[in-house]
Amino acid sequence: MEQAPPDPERQLQPAPLEPLGCPDAGLGAAVGKEAAGAGEEDSGVDTMTHNNFWLKKIEISVSEAEKRTGRNAMNMQETYTAYLIETRSVEHTDGQSVLTDSLWRRYSEFELLRNYLLVYYPHIVVPPLPEKRAEFVWHKLSADNMDPDFVERRRIGLENFLLRIASHPILCRDKIFYLFLTQEGNWKETVNETGFQLKADSRLKALNATFRVKNPDKRFTDLKHYSDELQSVISHLLRVRARVADRLYGVYKVHGNYGRVFSEWSAIEKEMGDGLQSAGHHMDVYASSIDDILEDEEHYADQLKEYLFYAEALTVRTFSLKGMTTKLFGQETPEQREARIKVLEEQINEGEQQLKSKNLEGREFVKNAWADIERFKEQKNRDLKEALISYAVMQISMCKKGIQVWTNAKECFSKM
Amino acid sequence: MAGGPPKALQSTGPHSLRDMPHPLAGSSSEEAVGGDSTPSPDLLMARSFGDKDLILPNGGTPAGTSSPASSSSLLNRLQLDDDIDGETRDLFVIVDDPKKHVCTMETYITYRITTKSTRVEFDLPEYSVRRRYQDFDWLRSKLEESQPTHLIPPLPEKFVVKGVVDRFSEEFVETRRKALDKFLKRITDHPVLSFNEHFNVFLTAKDLNAYKKQGIALLTRMGESVKHVTGGYKLRTRPLEFAAIGDYLDTFALKLGTIDRIAQRIIKEEIEYLMELREYGPVYSTWSTLEGELAEPLEGVSACIGNCSTALEELTDDMTEDFLPVLREYILYSDSMKSVLKKRDQVQAEYEAKLEAVALRKEDRPKVPADVEKCQDRMECFNADLKADMERWQNNKRQDFRQLLMGMADKNIQYYEKCLMAWESIIPLLQEKQEAK
Repeated sequence: MEQAPPDPERQLQPAPLEPLGCPDAGLGAAVGKEAAGAGEEDSGVDTMTHNNFWLKKIEISVSEAEKRTGRNAMNMQETYTAYLIETRSVEHTDGQSVLTDSLWRRYSEFELLRNYLLVYYPHIVVPPLPEKRAEFVWHKLSADNMDPDFVERRRIGLENFLLRIASHPILCRDKIFYLFLTQEGNWKETVNETGFQLKADSRLKALNATFRVKNPDKRFTDLKHYSDELQSVISHLLRVRARVADRLYGVYKVHGNYGRVFSEWSAIEKEMGDGLQSAGHHMDVYASSIDDILEDEEHYADQLKEYLFYAEALTVRTFSLKGMTTKLFGQETPEQREARIKVLEEQINEGEQQLKSKNLEGREFVKNAWADIERFKEQKNRDLKEALISYAVMQISMCKKGIQVWTNAKECFSKM
Repeated sequence: MAGGPPKALQSTGPHSLRDMPHPLAGSSSEEAVGGDSTPSPDLLMARSFGDKDLILPNGGTPAGTSSPASSSSLLNRLQLDDDIDGETRDLFVIVDDPKKHVCTMETYITYRITTKSTRVEFDLPEYSVRRRYQDFDWLRSKLEESQPTHLIPPLPEKFVVKGVVDRFSEEFVETRRKALDKFLKRITDHPVLSFNEHFNVFLTAKDLNAYKKQGIALLTRMGESVKHVTGGYKLRTRPLEFAAIGDYLDTFALKLGTIDRIAQRIIKEEIEYLMELREYGPVYSTWSTLEGELAEPLEGVSACIGNCSTALEELTDDMTEDFLPVLREYILYSDSMKSVLKKRDQVQAEYEAKLEAVALRKEDRPKVPADVEKCQDRMECFNADLKADMERWQNNKRQDFRQLLMGMADKNIQYYEKCLMAWESIIPLLQEKQEAK
């Protein structure tokens, strides 16, 4: 993939940084997904070396999560989870200072990073963060933020988030992002110095202006429509999936009762005893196999969730696009209401001038935004297909396990 | 020993009655005598000796004048496991073709009962009659009455909760038909019960109601005699083996009850799972309408979930239709066994009471009176019959449960295989698209 074209929004953006190298968005994202799917502690470092040139320059992994207690701004005791981010440069032949680093960040800092990116790159679909609290989970799964399984899945999600930024042609060159990875102290202050909060406020105004858009670009209304629908269909899907998981859990666990009753029954039987006893054991195995199956499925749900949040991000994006357009035309409306024609003509001239330049700016914005959306679409198709494949593979392995257990049980029954 | 498929019965030729060929199927009349020659003469004698004493005081119909079986012959037969199904068999009964009758007073179902036999007790080689549940019920009480020492197989439950089960629904009638078929087969397989006169009447009589009316007077007298027996005797000690049977039955019934509840719960969970799946699949379809490139894979997943749902539904149906009824039968069986055990205890109690009475009068009469001896014989016969039936039952139970549980495992394997196929078939659909890109 080519280096991104010069950014027209440069004035909005801090100076790009070089060390992260030239990205290949697609492959980076794909590999990142693989690593996340594998779920191994160091997978990020070990498996991501093949044909991925930005990765040759730097590797990122969120390798550990740790529970910590500290004092917050109000000097109150609080418990949180910190994540260890490890970065390593692979190529160090040219004698550059080797970039090997590790530092701890907590979830709120990831949030800050994302908020900053949102403000500074309004035309980019910024990757979403994993959920702060577990949602759409089947009831057996703990909704506790400190639950080890949840922390682990979030660790994978956060790693995925960083990998997606790092593989984005534009975002990867952001200075704040770079500092996020490399500079532990003072990072927050640096972010705040960029004054992104102020911009965030003006962006909010733009958002509010949305409803006054006169001539919305059809592509964007379509996109808005699509992302709304996607959001609703994925959240529906996730909700139903959680219920399906609940029921499946029930079916398996109730089979576990056979284990106990077969074993009790076997005590009073002579010839049938042994067969019943061991069949009961297989029923126990069957019942407990569901825990792993559903734990695996949770990864699939996470993948879908990422796109649910992407869809949200997309909606916000289209809102701000409309906001931009509104700004352009907003200048015109008051003038038309003016009765004083002379002033009006003058102003119209002025307005037209302004409009021209704003239009230009707007078109540029739209073009870039659209390019990023195209990129996003491709990534989405690839990722979701992969997610579907891994889901199918999961189902296949569940079926195979089921066949295995029942075949074993049948063997026992046949000996009765 | 499930009945042949109902279709086979449309042609009532000798071979279509059972899938399994048997030596007597071909020429029934010639071998009619052979059917009766199974029991050895001395067994016959032993039997008739026992029978005389077994006849209840009311003089109810003598059970099986030609009844060949006793406990020892039973044991002999049981040892020949393979024989049970084919070679010594000379009586075949099938229940099929349920029909609904609507009268002004009531609506009911009758079932066709087709009998084929080479036994001399049957004048014709083949009979076909229609009976309703009531008639089965009559038969069962007659058997209980005339063969008090034997274990009578249970009938399916008579009452169904109104509103929950539609008595005339196809599924209910079919389940009941299977159970009734099983009931008659169990009697047919029994060396004593199958020779019972009432059973014969049930299978052959054109008008069963006439016989039923005859029986009423006897029944009332019978009831009194039972009351007489139960009146106040107290059992000293149950012999160990019967105590063990009693304990066994208690636990067995308890465990089966648990299994029944588990199975019902599983079916319930599966049905709920099915309902969720039915909603889950279409969501992928809905999603696919939003997408371009992803449309086909999503549609594939949706179809696949649909296939899995169908497989699950089959599994649930199989469990409801085949698994639960067998469990129920055995739960009811354990009740029948308990009631026979109770009767046995009564006979023993009666004997003990008489013995005690004699002991008190011992000085006057040194010899044990004949009626006490009779009573002892009666008890011993009862014990022998019951033991034999119990053993037979144990054997059947083992076979039945082996089959039942293997069937359950099979059904689950089939279910998973269907799902496996469905999911495997969409993998290429997902991958191909990716490579094409």
